[in-house]
Amino acid sequence: MKLPTFWGGIHPPQNKVLTADEKIEQYLPKGELVFPMPQNIGAPCAPVVAKGDRVLVGTRLGNNDAFVSAPILSSVSGTVKDVTLRMTTPGTFENCVVVENDGKYEKAPEWQPLPDYENIDPKEYLKRIRDAGIVGFGGATFPTAVKLSPPPDKKIKWLIVNGVECEPYLNCDNRLMLESPDEVVNGLKLVLRLFPEAQGVIAIENNKPEAVKTMEEAVKRLGASGITVQPLAVKYPQGAEKMLIEALTGQEYVVTALPADVGCIILNVRTTQQIYRAIALGEPAVTRVVTVTGDAVAHPKNISVPLGTSVRELVELCGGFKEQPVKILSGGPMMGVSMRSIDVPVVKGTSGILALTAKSAMLKPITACLHCGKCVEACPMGLVPTVLEPLVAARMYKRFEEEGGMNCIECGSCTYVCPAHRPLTQGCRDGKASVMAMRRKAAAK
Amino acid sequence: MERLLVVSSSPHIHSPLDTQKVMGWVLAALAPAGLAGVYFFGVRAAAVMAVCVASCVIFEYLWEKCLKKPSTVNDLSAAVTGLLLAYNLPPTIPFWMAVLGSLFAMVVVKHLFGGLGCNIVNPALAARAMMLTSWPVPMTTWTIDGVSGPTPLALIKMGATDQLPPLQDLFIGHVGGCIGETSALALLIGFGILLYKDIIKWHIPVVYVATVAVLSVAFQRPVTPLYEILSGGLLLGAIFMATDYVTTPVTRRGQIIFAVGCGVLATLIRTWGGYPEGVSYSILIMNLVVPLIDRATKPHIFGEVKKHA
Repeated sequence: MKLPTFWGGIHPPQNKVLTADEKIEQYLPKGELVFPMPQNIGAPCAPVVAKGDRVLVGTRLGNNDAFVSAPILSSVSGTVKDVTLRMTTPGTFENCVVVENDGKYEKAPEWQPLPDYENIDPKEYLKRIRDAGIVGFGGATFPTAVKLSPPPDKKIKWLIVNGVECEPYLNCDNRLMLESPDEVVNGLKLVLRLFPEAQGVIAIENNKPEAVKTMEEAVKRLGASGITVQPLAVKYPQGAEKMLIEALTGQEYVVTALPADVGCIILNVRTTQQIYRAIALGEPAVTRVVTVTGDAVAHPKNISVPLGTSVRELVELCGGFKEQPVKILSGGPMMGVSMRSIDVPVVKGTSGILALTAKSAMLKPITACLHCGKCVEACPMGLVPTVLEPLVAARMYKRFEEEGGMNCIECGSCTYVCPAHRPLTQGCRDGKASVMAMRRKAAAK
Repeated sequence: MERLLVVSSSPHIHSPLDTQKVMGWVLAALAPAGLAGVYFFGVRAAAVMAVCVASCVIFEYLWEKCLKKPSTVNDLSAAVTGLLLAYNLPPTIPFWMAVLGSLFAMVVVKHLFGGLGCNIVNPALAARAMMLTSWPVPMTTWTIDGVSGPTPLALIKMGATDQLPPLQDLFIGHVGGCIGETSALALLIGFGILLYKDIIKWHIPVVYVATVAVLSVAFQRPVTPLYEILSGGLLLGAIFMATDYVTTPVTRRGQIIFAVGCGVLATLIRTWGGYPEGVSYSILIMNLVVPLIDRATKPHIFGEVKKHA
């Protein structure tokens, strides 16, 4: 049987075996934890605590009342040590709340299960989801309560749980589906109460047959009618929002549209589980699963870790580096961000820590474009990267827009296949940023 | 423990294929045809290949040295051009002509247009066209087993179809012609290598050859379509020169249009043109319209108008 998929794409080596069978390990840090204030797409938070304040697990550290935002909660109990600039994942310095952990993990009393949660008006879920600080844990960190509040004219027909995890190396979603399948299904059931006419789909790339089986059993066990588990063909970037919708529903939509415009809402596995926990168990979103892996890491692991923990501690928990890494990434190798230092905190968007040696990072010189067309074949968006990159280099931004450059989803497929190692994705990213900057400038006039 | 880390834009992994490997596999795929050429035409053929490859590599090296550019000799593309040029020459060609042809291919066709990736037409084919107009007699003197005589295509042009060699000679390569085009079998082995290593896709060669086959029937050529396909440089051109990355369209649809165009032109020239063979010119002419084809066959952008065909 041919599994559904999308047009274009690539098949990078998966390297998932490093951590595929590693059970999620709980880690409780000591010492100080760092909570950067910008941790979601949309409005960044501002600190609402001051030096010396006592905080508990679930105490609000940062908040912003803007619609597109989510609060930041403490993952430990202790004392606010400082509110100061600290280095974050991309190497920039951001406003951070630093909490000295007392090691007691005392939970704030306001965090209780929503009473009679299965029967109350589901609209009340939205407030809880926001208060719990839930964002898209797949890495995009879009505030989930906002995603679940589409304009009333958008009819939602599909609620898709994204368990594709198409990035090589990563296993956090895979392990979550294997170890907590019921919580994921229950989370989806709760969200479906918000959209009674929608159909629930749990989409999983078919390189995780056990996860497919586990989820199917969980759906059956929990009697969740209206939820199906859909295996998808193994191809990168199958988990990208647009490619997932194309594969599942056959629909395409323009770059300016959102999934809700074609009747879809997509939630990551962890996000769905976190929704269940926040509502049914009264647990705020203060931990996440991180896959620490790569050929430079001594013992790769999947770790459940309180947000704010230093990445260095996770690396040490994995036995440190067995080889000198040349690149350390936050996220997967295709779309992850390369880090300057591992002395940065785990944030909501940290799906993996990947340390690559020189061998696997394959740093090669850039040579001339051969016009081979491999990038055109790989681009899931139907762009011609070999045309776009020189346009950005020549600062011909208008032509860049005309050639569809703004459609680029930065999945990295073109650069991956390029035999000349041209920075095609980087070119498009650069072009998009420049166009956006010019648009903002024009709007400000 | 930690030294400085590399910080760069994603993606952070690459396919192992690079330009040098691509060219290396093309050379490997060309090898069977070269061996067949040496087998049927003798060591003179090997000498021509050596002269062409060496002079192409040396001219590229010197050109980049003189212009103080970084050397690109290691990417093996100059060696590929040299070998392809040799494959398009008669085994008896004087060496000095082969050297001048290499000079033209490397400097005029490739590097004056900006080097690898920037040339408009295939350097080896352009050099062959230049040599054919400059030295028509040495370029069309064909010998097999020490006897010179016309190629099968020339016999067809003269209407002497009763003197044509049998089909199996064409397939194995025991027939007069250019060094690399003689053995269809060896070329097909090369095609298999390129397909297996995913260096090229099947579309251009298959569509090109199929177009020639169909048109040879439509134009009532005096031989069977199979004989037509195995004659001359069609397989060499279709497999190795019409698939040159630099001078062919980037989209699958564009590549099919390009291949059909090559097939039409080659058959037109073979049937009504002044030369018995039209493969080189068909590819050269189609090379010129690649930018137009690329512009006309842009892929469908996700979400805009309708789905992919």
